[in-house]
Amino acid sequence: MVDKLSPSVEAALADVRDGATILVGGFGGSGVPEELVDALIAQGAKDLTIVNNNAGNGEVGIAALFKAGRIRKLICSYPRQVDSHHFQEAYRAGKVELELVPQGTLSERMRAAGAGIGAFYTPTGYGTDLAKGKETRVIDGRGQVLEYPLHGDFALVKAERGDRWGNLVYRKGARNYGPTMASAAKVAIAQVYEVVPLGGLDPEHIVTPGIFVTRVVKVPRKQARIPSGGVTQGVSRAAAGR
Amino acid sequence: MSYAKLSRDEIAKRIAQDIPEGAYVNLGIGMPTLVGNHLPKDREIFLHSENGILGMGPAPAKGEEDADLINAGKEPVTLLTGGAFFHHTDSFAMMRGGHLDIAVLGAFQVSVSGDLANWHSGGDAIPAVGGAMDLAVGARSVWVMMEHVTKSGEPKIVPRCTYPITGIGVVKRIYTDLAVIEVTPRGLTASRLVRGLSFDELEQLTGTPLLLSETRNAA
Repeated sequence: MVDKLSPSVEAALADVRDGATILVGGFGGSGVPEELVDALIAQGAKDLTIVNNNAGNGEVGIAALFKAGRIRKLICSYPRQVDSHHFQEAYRAGKVELELVPQGTLSERMRAAGAGIGAFYTPTGYGTDLAKGKETRVIDGRGQVLEYPLHGDFALVKAERGDRWGNLVYRKGARNYGPTMASAAKVAIAQVYEVVPLGGLDPEHIVTPGIFVTRVVKVPRKQARIPSGGVTQGVSRAAAGR
Repeated sequence: MSYAKLSRDEIAKRIAQDIPEGAYVNLGIGMPTLVGNHLPKDREIFLHSENGILGMGPAPAKGEEDADLINAGKEPVTLLTGGAFFHHTDSFAMMRGGHLDIAVLGAFQVSVSGDLANWHSGGDAIPAVGGAMDLAVGARSVWVMMEHVTKSGEPKIVPRCTYPITGIGVVKRIYTDLAVIEVTPRGLTASRLVRGLSFDELEQLTGTPLLLSETRNAA
């Protein structure tokens, strides 16, 4: 019998080793696999390369990984939120490397990794500082930049519901990077609020089929956190989803 | 002669009036978000958000916020009946693939040839790009919403961007607090100057020569 359910977040992360590249889902606070990230801090792996849209918020999650000095490199698109201070301190102190990637290119590089694409040309970033040193080509009269796949050793994603075969559905905007990251990592770990029996998910509505998912771990549902304010008004702890 | 600049809401209202029924639109974070408050009630317009939402509605009532339903600026929003969720890669395929009709973006500078600079203020700031470059190259029409000049009075419409650019030749139209300016092969063409502002005054406040649209006072 195939059973991808892990008994705990600790068990799900037991084989993460130093130097691993870890794709972490979430956009701002929405879709962040909080319990898995917390468990990664306790697990102790270091020299990590973290791939995430942002750079952590406040004192917890990826921000706490920065504070604990576990991250060697961040690959992300938007590290400048007002409460990403732990990243900013580490970056200014030269303790962490930053690879800044346009958001759609970040996502597409992981899609390419999951889909077995060797590289791709995209018009995004052509002629800008973010394309410096990269191969370019004019295709159909448009400048394009050659971008390579971005593979993960692990993906940590947050889904709403899953089954023992690893099929997943998400909730609203929390889906964001989840499906793409799950496909792009050797080991994809999904935290879910609900585990249902096989057949409990409508096959027409499964968003991430279990072939992309290695482990599923159930976490307790927390009281909903209410976002308050955003980038422009300053991101509160609540808005950071933590 | 004296003239009155448009408020941010008045610029937003102008832009909203120009968005046609059925358009798929992304509003950038910051000032462009205001456009959502002024969309004509009798038009169905689809607002897109980077994080995987089409059919974004207005801000929720207090107490109705949902942490999983936020816009690109991480502010709580609602979903219109008929709206859809999708993952990030699809969301950016909508941009790059030319499916998005209009992106309304803020800017530090726009050049005479439509180069956009809006992602990095240079210097010591930590660089952050988000979806700006994808929107710039992907949307069929990029409209910029910005003040005509900086706080210190420097032109933001320039012969050549001095800030790091986001995209080359991508801007179609600029809405400022003084006028609307089309980026055309013949040059920047001004129309809808605010009441009391002469073309010569506008040109003096702009860092590059302008043409006057034949329909200067249209709408």
